[in-house]
Amino acid sequence: MRFELTEDQRDFAASLDRLIAGADPVGVARAWGAGDTAPGLSLWRRLADQGVSALLVPEEAGGMGATPVELAVAFEVLGKHAVPGPWVEAAAYLATELSGEAQEAVAAGAVATVAVPPHTPYALDADVATQVYLAGSDGLRTATPDEQLTSVDRTRRLFRLRAGGIHDTADRAAEAFDAAALATSAQLLGAGERVLAGAVTYVKQRRQFGREIGSYQAIKHQLADVRIALDFARPLVHGAALADDVDRGRAVSAAKVACADAAYRASRTGLQVHGAIGYTEEFDLSVWITRIRALVTAWGTPGFHRARILQSLTATPAGAR
Amino acid sequence: MDLELNESEQAFQAEARAWLAENVPTTPLPSMDTPEGWALHQEWEARLAAARYSVVSWPEQYHGREASLIEWIIFEEEYYRAGAPGRVSQNGIFLLAPIIFEHGTAEQQDRFLPTMATGERIWAQCWSEPEAGSDLASLKSTARRDEERGGWLLNGQKIWCSRAALAHWGFGLFRSDPDAARHSGLTYFLFPLDAEGVTVRPIAQLDGEAGFAEVFFDDVFVPDADVLGAPGDGWRVAMSTAGNERGLSLRSPGRFTAAADRLVDLYGERPDARVADRVVDAWIKAEAYRLYTWGTVTRLADGGDVGAAGSVNKVWWSELDIALHETALDLLGPDAELESRWLDGYTFSLSGPIYAGTNEIQRNIVAERILGLPREPKGAGR
Ligand SMILES: Cc1cc2nc3c(=O)[nH]c(=O)nc-3n(C[C@H](O)[C@H](O)[C@H](O)COP(=O)(O)OP(=O)(O)OC[C@H]3O[C@@H](n4cnc5c(N)ncnc54)[C@H](O)[C@@H]3O)c2cc1C
Repeated sequence: MRFELTEDQRDFAASLDRLIAGADPVGVARAWGAGDTAPGLSLWRRLADQGVSALLVPEEAGGMGATPVELAVAFEVLGKHAVPGPWVEAAAYLATELSGEAQEAVAAGAVATVAVPPHTPYALDADVATQVYLAGSDGLRTATPDEQLTSVDRTRRLFRLRAGGIHDTADRAAEAFDAAALATSAQLLGAGERVLAGAVTYVKQRRQFGREIGSYQAIKHQLADVRIALDFARPLVHGAALADDVDRGRAVSAAKVACADAAYRASRTGLQVHGAIGYTEEFDLSVWITRIRALVTAWGTPGFHRARILQSLTATPAGAR
Repeated sequence: MDLELNESEQAFQAEARAWLAENVPTTPLPSMDTPEGWALHQEWEARLAAARYSVVSWPEQYHGREASLIEWIIFEEEYYRAGAPGRVSQNGIFLLAPIIFEHGTAEQQDRFLPTMATGERIWAQCWSEPEAGSDLASLKSTARRDEERGGWLLNGQKIWCSRAALAHWGFGLFRSDPDAARHSGLTYFLFPLDAEGVTVRPIAQLDGEAGFAEVFFDDVFVPDADVLGAPGDGWRVAMSTAGNERGLSLRSPGRFTAAADRLVDLYGERPDARVADRVVDAWIKAEAYRLYTWGTVTRLADGGDVGAAGSVNKVWWSELDIALHETALDLLGPDAELESRWLDGYTFSLSGPIYAGTNEIQRNIVAERILGLPREPKGAGR
């Protein structure tokens, strides 16, 4: 029993963190939202070179054959830096669900995206993707982008899709959905951590009534609650990454609910302690506040995931829970 | 990173599970805060000790089996899963024993640990005073040197001492140097609660039972042999267990995961769509607590310590405990007000955010020591 990241896993996170931090990720995200996708695609390429797209793809198919723990580690870092692009769609969902050449292309870093109604009805960044899919009850179809929709998160460019023909897959839609929900949970966690760090920095500087606002208990206790919520969400993400087939769905749902709650709490508190400046689009916090709001409902709403947990719990005898 | 138990841990788990299945009383014992329940709890603890399950992590010479930290948590999980009784000896085992191991003399260890392990002598923690709650360092009870007899004379009053109404010995801090600064000049004493000059007055709690007591000291003589650690060093000695109380010990995840499982079962018997999400949330939070604890155990096994993270932990388990029980009461509907195991658990859970350092104080610690936020002016809330 060693329920801690290994040194290799921590090193992997640190190297991704350095790479992204050096690439002006907020600038990249803002440009992406404004339609200038070049810097984002260049960052995509560099992260793909580090293996992020290939983590869940088996080695035989040109992938890394890594575990969901590495996936979670990588997505926490992506979330911390609000990296734009269909990462969950490509590196989690499609890397699991595709097979053959299409999967190899994803592993090699192709920008791919997918819509999986009803939970994920619109395809993220379908206009920049070289592979676009639409999942349905009859399987995965190739698709083309149609009308563009506006997300609360301006860096999430959503599209309705027009379905094409049936595409050959690995028939692992359920596993793929869980991989996507897990990656989204980790992204929420990273985003929540980033907002908390920004809030802590700010309340140590901002002074009102002659002292730092961070010395007031009303501020301290709110931030302490964010710290506590994030600290207890992370083990659920790692636990879900380690879960076996039988428990995976329920464990992933627990992680998604907890990360959504914790990150949302972080974003509300982060906004509040910043006062009016936090409410501006120009201030970088806005990138995370809107990203978190979007991810709370992406890949299964909290209501859906709670219902899935309850269903699983009540179907399992107490001794086996 | 993994969550797998090795072969010997699995064997330990199987053995503990089998023993508990065979030995746990089939009907819950009466409350330990009644004389009748007290005696039955002591009997149960003696039975645990005879099987060397009362203090699994202790050395063999003191009735333990030198279990690792992982094995200890495994045992606790099994203990609660089996529905075994709460531990009447918990203050001694979890709060005092770690200090005796760390700061006690060999003579004190030999004298105090065995009867603690068997449940023969039950200990009460006498820290709080009427004027010293959250601000514990402001305590006023005194210890005056008695050179002639080779010891100290205790005077003053302690309050809210859990189980002191029926317990045999107490442990607490007294001001031994009136001129020293707040945190200095305190000394850690052990004393029999039937000593001459000690008066124990039981205090009934919300459930009507005398779960705690106030204790008055009138020139109570304590020999040097019953001072724990160096005179004047009591604050440091005491603080080495405050982390235990908030952190790992006492609050093993088994207590909450077992309760969450019972809550799911209760929901199965009385499904109510309006409460469903809260049942799920209680289960998620208990599961988060279980996994978080495995992370803590891994870090401790690697030589780390709990430190201020014990405060993160404390807020979590105390709030989880209340949410879990409130949810159960909502499922019970009009029957919720009737005496039941859920109601007992609910009443007890309400004290969680108060004892072991209130949650306000824990949030101050998280904010100041973990997030690095500025102290309150005048250093309040430490
Ligand atoms: C069931 C139970 C069992 C107990 N068992 C024991 C025991 O065995 N031994 C023992 O010694 N004690 C015991 N206690 C006492 C417990 O440790 C104290 O109640 C606790 O430390 C709080 O002290 P107080 O009750 O005096 O509250 P106070 O310190 O007076 O606090 C009252 C309220 O003010 C808040 N407050 C105080 N200071 C601050 C601050 N700086 N910032 C923000 N808010 C603040 C508190 O959080 C609380 O909400 C027990 C208490 C309970 C309820």
